[in-house]
Amino acid sequence: MSDAMTRMAPADVTMAAPARDGEVLLKVEDVSLSFGGVKAIQGVSFDIRKGEIRAIIGPNGAGKTSMLNVINGFYHPQQGRITFKGNVRSAMRPHEAAAGGIARTFQNVALFKGMSTIDNIMAGRSLKMKRGFGWQLWRGGPALAEDVAHRRFVEGIIDFLEIQAIRKQPVGRLPYGLQKRVELGRALAMEPDLLLLDEPMAGMNVEEKEDMCRFILDTREQFGTTIALIEHDMGVVMDLSDRVVVLDYGRKIADGTPDEVKADQSVIDAYLGVAH
Amino acid sequence: MYYRETGQYKTSYIGDMAVFPIRQDRIGIALILLAAYVGIPALSSEFVLKTIMIPSLVFALAAIGLNILVGYTGLISLGTAGFMGVGAYACYKLTLAFPEINIVVWIIASGFFSAAIGVLFGLPSLRIKGFYLAVATLAAQFFLQWSFVRVPWLFNYNTSGSIEVPTRTLMGVAITGPTASLEAKYLICLTIVVLLTWLASNLVHGRVGRAWMAVRDMDIAAELMGIKLFEAKLLAFAVSSFYCGVAGAMAVFLWLGGAEAGTEFSIQRSFVILFIVIIGGLGSLIGSFLGAALLVAQPTILKFGLPAIGIPLTGANAEHINSMITGALIIFFLIVEPLGLARLWQITKQKLRVWPFPY
Repeated sequence: MSDAMTRMAPADVTMAAPARDGEVLLKVEDVSLSFGGVKAIQGVSFDIRKGEIRAIIGPNGAGKTSMLNVINGFYHPQQGRITFKGNVRSAMRPHEAAAGGIARTFQNVALFKGMSTIDNIMAGRSLKMKRGFGWQLWRGGPALAEDVAHRRFVEGIIDFLEIQAIRKQPVGRLPYGLQKRVELGRALAMEPDLLLLDEPMAGMNVEEKEDMCRFILDTREQFGTTIALIEHDMGVVMDLSDRVVVLDYGRKIADGTPDEVKADQSVIDAYLGVAH
Repeated sequence: MYYRETGQYKTSYIGDMAVFPIRQDRIGIALILLAAYVGIPALSSEFVLKTIMIPSLVFALAAIGLNILVGYTGLISLGTAGFMGVGAYACYKLTLAFPEINIVVWIIASGFFSAAIGVLFGLPSLRIKGFYLAVATLAAQFFLQWSFVRVPWLFNYNTSGSIEVPTRTLMGVAITGPTASLEAKYLICLTIVVLLTWLASNLVHGRVGRAWMAVRDMDIAAELMGIKLFEAKLLAFAVSSFYCGVAGAMAVFLWLGGAEAGTEFSIQRSFVILFIVIIGGLGSLIGSFLGAALLVAQPTILKFGLPAIGIPLTGANAEHINSMITGALIIFFLIVEPLGLARLWQITKQKLRVWPFPY
């Protein structure tokens, strides 16, 4: 019974993920990144189309997280070109990437532990808040009105993620699954065009994973966000994503729809393996 | 029993986001202000005003400044006394150069000089954190203290090498200098501290405070939210040093009446303020007041309390015991309650709220 249920839920999810052929939002061309002698990424190219869910998979140390770090400006590749929203991007700082519309969550939850759920998600609105220091000193009038307007938006996200009950709790005391959810909320508060999720389901049980899958799909449906995600749960990846890129030792070894990738012999050798 | 929020519903976000969302808290703060403005000047002896009330306010303000840096932004500083000194000397030079402008204006304005110096010495924080930053600010402390002693222009070439506070008036009443009454000094101190605390509370509850705390808790993620670390950290240094500078000017003009740099703005003072912040509670404004009151009142309580219960205590021993108790308190709070007196106060309020039930 329980077996059947776990298999059923992801099946529901598949139909909500039609393949997209929209315009290209982000294009990575021939990007190489190395740390001293360690070549983390070697000549990788792929693109992310508007409105799709794009998965990046591969064994540990394949360069997946490094790839996300390159996309949002933490690392500057030695070689290659990144085009975002049609503009070729030079080396940029993470806060510039954020201003450009790239948000992300982290593999190890990187919440602001001493702050409440509301304050964490409100921090995601930082870029949208314009009132300067003088107004903040008074915290009345326009500054307060701005705070209230953003609070209203944040409450929308809290409803969307069903975390009303924990809105005033310090996030450091929340269970792991909820922390992941708050982190997603904080990224959504930025109203990003491109959302990077680094292992959103790591360490979760089946129910939490199903919830998270639902939130990811709903995010795309409701906010029209393009999503790139790294995940090790192949069931989730194959069901959720429209296209998958596979990295191994910093190189791209496959790129295509989940079915194409699943059938690719080099992917099976490097990562998926065969059922015994 | 009377501390309940039952029946107090918030129907707007403004109500929910208020600093004191519970009615009883608002009544409490009004009563405290009333007592501070009316009760204490009327009832306190000169001794209490001079040794407890005024220094508590001065140290509380400096502690709020340091708390903005250490408690809210997570940057360690050991240069607090140095920044206080900048405020004191700036105020001294300003009031000598422009005696016709009111001293209260200069006490506040001296904060800006301190803020500028603070930003300068805060620049290393963009690259280093933790212990290394502590050492960098230590350099600020020693350099500033050296300047106060070695640059005679700062103390107007006095032969004594120290500041001597001139008499200044506010609406005809002397508020600084030897003729000013302690009540007047106390009320000026109180007004400045209340005003600046209100501003600090506004800052830490809004966008700026969230940015600071985000930098403290996870700077990488903060940068990803579009918070510029550069701006947030330097702003924290500026605001923090502003508060320390005003506290320094208050210390010399409204409390001590004169200052010798070697003692008043020494590294020991920096440590005392850091201890106030740790014992009071990192990241809490109310904690800054609780910590300051405790550390300021403690020597007096020891000096009069111990003989009163039959334990004889001489001057030197009193000082040693005071240091020992302070040390023990720091260790106690670091181990048992890292968030200090402020957290204990919060727990007490929570217990009161559900009393007589355990939860």
